[in-house]
Amino acid sequence: MAQAIELIGITKRFPGVVANDSVNLSVEEGEIHAICGENGAGKSTLMKILYGMQQPDAGTMKVDGREVRFTSPSQAIDAGIGMVHQHFMLADQLTVLENVILGAEPTKAFGRIDFEEARSHLKQVGEAYGLTIDPDDLVEELEVGERQRVEIIKVLYRGAKILILDEPTAVLVPQEVEELFRNMRGLKNDGATLLFIDHKLDEVLAIADTITVLRDGKTVATVKPDEVTAHDLAELMVGSELPTPETTESTVTDVVALEVDSLLVVDLEDRVLVDDVSFRIRRGEVVGIAGVEGNGQAELVDAVLGTRPVKSGKISLMGEEITLIPVRERREKGIGYIPQDRHREGLLLPAPLWENAALGHQTQEPFTSGPFIDRDGAKSRTEHIRQEFDVRTPNVEVAAHALSGGNQQKLIVGREMTAGPVVLLAAHPTRGIDVGAQAEVWDDIKAARALGMATLLISADLDELIGLSDTIVVMLRGKLVATVDPATVSPRDLGAYMTGAKQESA
Amino acid sequence: MAKIPAWLRWSLYAAVGVLVLTTVQGFDDTDSLTAAGSSQSMLRWAVPILLAGLGGLFAERAGVVNIGLEGMMILGTWFGAWGAVVYGPWWGIVLAVLAGGMGGLLHAIATVTFGVDHIISGVAINILAPGITRFLSSEILTTLEGGSITQSPRVPGVGTFTVPIFGGGNIGTWQSPDFFGWIAAREWFLVSDIASLAKGLMTRISWVSLIALLLVPFVAWLLWRTRFGLRLRICGERPQAGEAQGINVYRYKYIGVVISGALSGLAGAFIVSPELSGIYLEGQTTGRGFIGLAALIFGNWRPLGVLGGALLFGYPFGIGLRDLDGSASHSLILVNAIGLGAVAIWAATRRKRGDAALALALGLVAAGWYLLSDTLPDVWINILPFVIVLIVLIFFAQRLRMPAADGLRYRRGEH
Amino acid sequence: MNFSLGRRILLTLAAPVVALVFSVAMSSIVLLISGSNPVAAFGDMMSHASRLETMVDILNRATPLYIAGVAVAIGFRMNLFNIGVDGQYLLAALVAAHLGAMVNLPGVLRIVWILVVAMAVGAAYSGFAGVLKVTRGINEVISTIMLNAIAISGIVAYLVREWQAGGEILSGSASRVGTTPIPESGLIPDLNSVLEFFTREVGQGKELTGMLVIAILVGLGYHILVNRTRFGFDLRASGINPFAAQVGGVPAKRMVVSAMVLSGAVAGLVGMAEINQVGFFPANPIRGLGFTGIAVALLGRNHPAGIILAALIFAFLDISSGVLQFTGAASREIVVIMQGVIILAAVVAYEVARRARERQEARSAAEALGDIKPLEAA
Repeated sequence: MAQAIELIGITKRFPGVVANDSVNLSVEEGEIHAICGENGAGKSTLMKILYGMQQPDAGTMKVDGREVRFTSPSQAIDAGIGMVHQHFMLADQLTVLENVILGAEPTKAFGRIDFEEARSHLKQVGEAYGLTIDPDDLVEELEVGERQRVEIIKVLYRGAKILILDEPTAVLVPQEVEELFRNMRGLKNDGATLLFIDHKLDEVLAIADTITVLRDGKTVATVKPDEVTAHDLAELMVGSELPTPETTESTVTDVVALEVDSLLVVDLEDRVLVDDVSFRIRRGEVVGIAGVEGNGQAELVDAVLGTRPVKSGKISLMGEEITLIPVRERREKGIGYIPQDRHREGLLLPAPLWENAALGHQTQEPFTSGPFIDRDGAKSRTEHIRQEFDVRTPNVEVAAHALSGGNQQKLIVGREMTAGPVVLLAAHPTRGIDVGAQAEVWDDIKAARALGMATLLISADLDELIGLSDTIVVMLRGKLVATVDPATVSPRDLGAYMTGAKQESA
Repeated sequence: MAKIPAWLRWSLYAAVGVLVLTTVQGFDDTDSLTAAGSSQSMLRWAVPILLAGLGGLFAERAGVVNIGLEGMMILGTWFGAWGAVVYGPWWGIVLAVLAGGMGGLLHAIATVTFGVDHIISGVAINILAPGITRFLSSEILTTLEGGSITQSPRVPGVGTFTVPIFGGGNIGTWQSPDFFGWIAAREWFLVSDIASLAKGLMTRISWVSLIALLLVPFVAWLLWRTRFGLRLRICGERPQAGEAQGINVYRYKYIGVVISGALSGLAGAFIVSPELSGIYLEGQTTGRGFIGLAALIFGNWRPLGVLGGALLFGYPFGIGLRDLDGSASHSLILVNAIGLGAVAIWAATRRKRGDAALALALGLVAAGWYLLSDTLPDVWINILPFVIVLIVLIFFAQRLRMPAADGLRYRRGEH
Repeated sequence: MNFSLGRRILLTLAAPVVALVFSVAMSSIVLLISGSNPVAAFGDMMSHASRLETMVDILNRATPLYIAGVAVAIGFRMNLFNIGVDGQYLLAALVAAHLGAMVNLPGVLRIVWILVVAMAVGAAYSGFAGVLKVTRGINEVISTIMLNAIAISGIVAYLVREWQAGGEILSGSASRVGTTPIPESGLIPDLNSVLEFFTREVGQGKELTGMLVIAILVGLGYHILVNRTRFGFDLRASGINPFAAQVGGVPAKRMVVSAMVLSGAVAGLVGMAEINQVGFFPANPIRGLGFTGIAVALLGRNHPAGIILAALIFAFLDISSGVLQFTGAASREIVVIMQGVIILAAVVAYEVARRARERQEARSAAEALGDIKPLEAA
């Protein structure tokens, strides 16, 4: 079979790092080719190079046997390559149609867009691949799965024959993953070549024809799925078995640390975001919240933390009502927070590490003395965090943006843990970090749990959720719709609850 | 509820507005609020605001906030005046557009290529532009007959025209009938007032005003119906999405900001034309670039809305200009009170009690002021547009939706 | 860290120096085109500036510019753009001068009273913009621009006529119109005696403004507040990342209002230099110090010492160019262009330097660990 893509010796350097170190990749026409590797292995960079969004420092690329050099995605598109990005490249305020035709608009005289033509072409593509969507919907009204469909249609609309999908399953529940895989097989049968990035090994083994493993920016192996086991793949990816987040024995006590009672949260237009939610977390307990993103989990956490006003209901911390007190007082009373987006909510990127370590605790010892910041106290505490939580940094004066993602996350976890929180709100605590850091974060949460910390855990990684939680509640359209036992539930069942396909039989 | 098309909605607002004006001047025994001269003068004051607002629209739809509009407008006034005096009125307009465009280019280089904060770059341009014109004045205007370091000689205009049939303009040498003038003279309630205002909008219109007005539908078409427009708008909504489809985001941002400057420059040329001043005077833009920005916000980043904002803000200026005894400005206070009352009712129907109370309180203050005074201090009319902008924003800022990536730094390859 | 500290300082200083050199070069080109000799022009300015009397003038001009720069910088530190310093200081100076003359207080108390009124008025007017932002979501750039116009062409223009003290013969020989004069004892004394202690007698009736002392205190206070206190930490955190700051317990809305109030309070002092010099609020006061203050804060990188340098540079250009009128070496207006170019070049240069520094930091952090790890470029 002919080679659809061939990459030879691709190298890409960023300040301080080599993202791709002479990577070789060969993709046959008409196959589904998986690129595997842990976070930070250089998968996304490689795909961006292939799609023309970044230029390699060295190496050659061939598409359909011809050597190419892309300086812009438009050249990649012309060569028949399309990319479905992990973070959807859609404008919320534009319609589906506008988003799809962008960059490939059919026009009449004077650059007028031929909307008729666009509409019928979109319909045709949708029908050909069994992907339907209303072209006049605003993207902001769509659910995650639908947005992904728009992204795929966008690529097909341009007649791409080679599709790159960057971690397409990260935001989907198992049932949606199955549908995605069905679509992918359909595309393959129509002659498309698919290149997809994933680090969930069972998924990779289920769908791929060929698997290339990247590690530390290098290609370590290209294998066939029937030749390897998940264990072998993990070995290739990280040099050891992948860590699992399993907890051993229950440390749950009888003391209720956090109690949420009939909580109602609405947005500015009075739309209900969190609908009559009640639950309790006891000391030493981890309560996991499962849910497709955008079903009110983030708003629930915001309400408990105090950054979002509640319409009605009650939140209590160790028996004391905190519904109306400001964030600062809640944090002083012992609420810790690991945000889902560390750059947005967790860090002051241009500020030194010791200031980052003080953030959220700047009114407490040892960061403060009277109305002043205690610089020495803050620095020595940061030094302590650095050693205790293995934050790899030359010193505590460097700016936070100079650290790798995993080290930034460890700094945040260390900052929250050293403060000794009564309740920890952890939103996707291991998102986007390498397996080493991931295992450390899990261990930190487990250790604190054993000492009596109560944890509210939100994660899109169902294995993490099942592994760490003592109880899992499922959130759908703002409501808690099911309570399940992590010891017995499967990711697939959890997925069914999350999409509403399965209801609690109670 | 069926959606009313935008043009119809705005026409309706305008009709209600005229009704209020008519009623109010009934109390005050004046006709200056709906006189043909008032709408004519409103248009003159609205045109620079409209042009600046449309300029802002191009920049902000491409994702670049442009508070340098004022500076670019200043460049337009100087070059417009100098060009018109030395080379003739049309050359003045060309030079003003070019000079404004250069200001835009500078802003684009700073914000797009170098990633400087948009507000900071805009402020810097607002500092630089008067410096440049001052220096040029000292070097060039002082050498012209009748010019000095702060002002130019008389600036010739590009001429005006009157719409035939409706406004009584000439067709060839034949003086056509004056339809709106005839209705206005009948003194029919409301109808005559609308006709009078309409006549004002059709009598002795500068060609530049006509261009400005025609730009409104043109811009709407360009931005929402063409490939260029879609690509420009993606730069303001989600530039990364454009980049991922191979669109050169930098280029569209450059184009948007340069057009923005060019339109501000045109606004400047209009300010110095005989329509408004007929002369270049240092400091004569008096914040109209900023009011253009306010019109853009008021208009929710849409061309027709910008026009609405420009007319609304231009009206009190236009009235003030002709209002020697302060009586028309006095009547305007009552109009404001009625407007605030309407806002109060609107807020009450949406169960925004705080807003309703605030609007009512402000409305009562305005009404009380109206009843307890006969005229107003002349400074009031100077600041009325700014007060209106603030009040409009106080009640409606949260309903507005600016382009999602407006004002954000964009770097190619960073997500 | 030693390996990067040297380069960091170099990068920090390089940017403003490059901007200065660039603007001198640009204005030289402009002068050459317009047929003047730039060397002669700058030479005249330099020699003029080296006279003690000119230096006093420069310091007198730099003082309000510095205060205005600090006022703007307070907002900048939390990403707030107080474009309204102009309106705030004119309104504050007018009210303070009027109330200072109306209320009868003994010497020092009157001085304090005037300063307090000025700060209170500035704070209130600026704080209003802050309140509008947090309660109504109105961007402070827009609201302060509108409030500027309302204050300057509305309130001040109206009140200055209402409170006008008639065309008395004031301030030496010139007949100037303004509010009722404040008694001499209510004005901050000049610093000539201090200056003359170190130098020689100051001629031409020049007086070094006593507001210089206040400006220095303002600078010190700014430094301590922003860099050493918890409040300053909250302020800077909100400026760098408002979301992270909020999550970290910083009360976002209160910080916005506090920052605007503080900025306005400092802005209220800007006009005090003129009030103390002429003894009343003149009908035609010095305008535009707030806008220049923005430039000064930008050039000085919001740093208390940096703003001093920036204020001196701008004051030097303003004052020393006066001599060009007499020597005829060039049009004095060239300095206005220079100021504009400096500021535009400086913001570009700072941005370039910032990016260079970030790259440098990432590299040195990785090098220091001897651990060149691949990184997913998210």
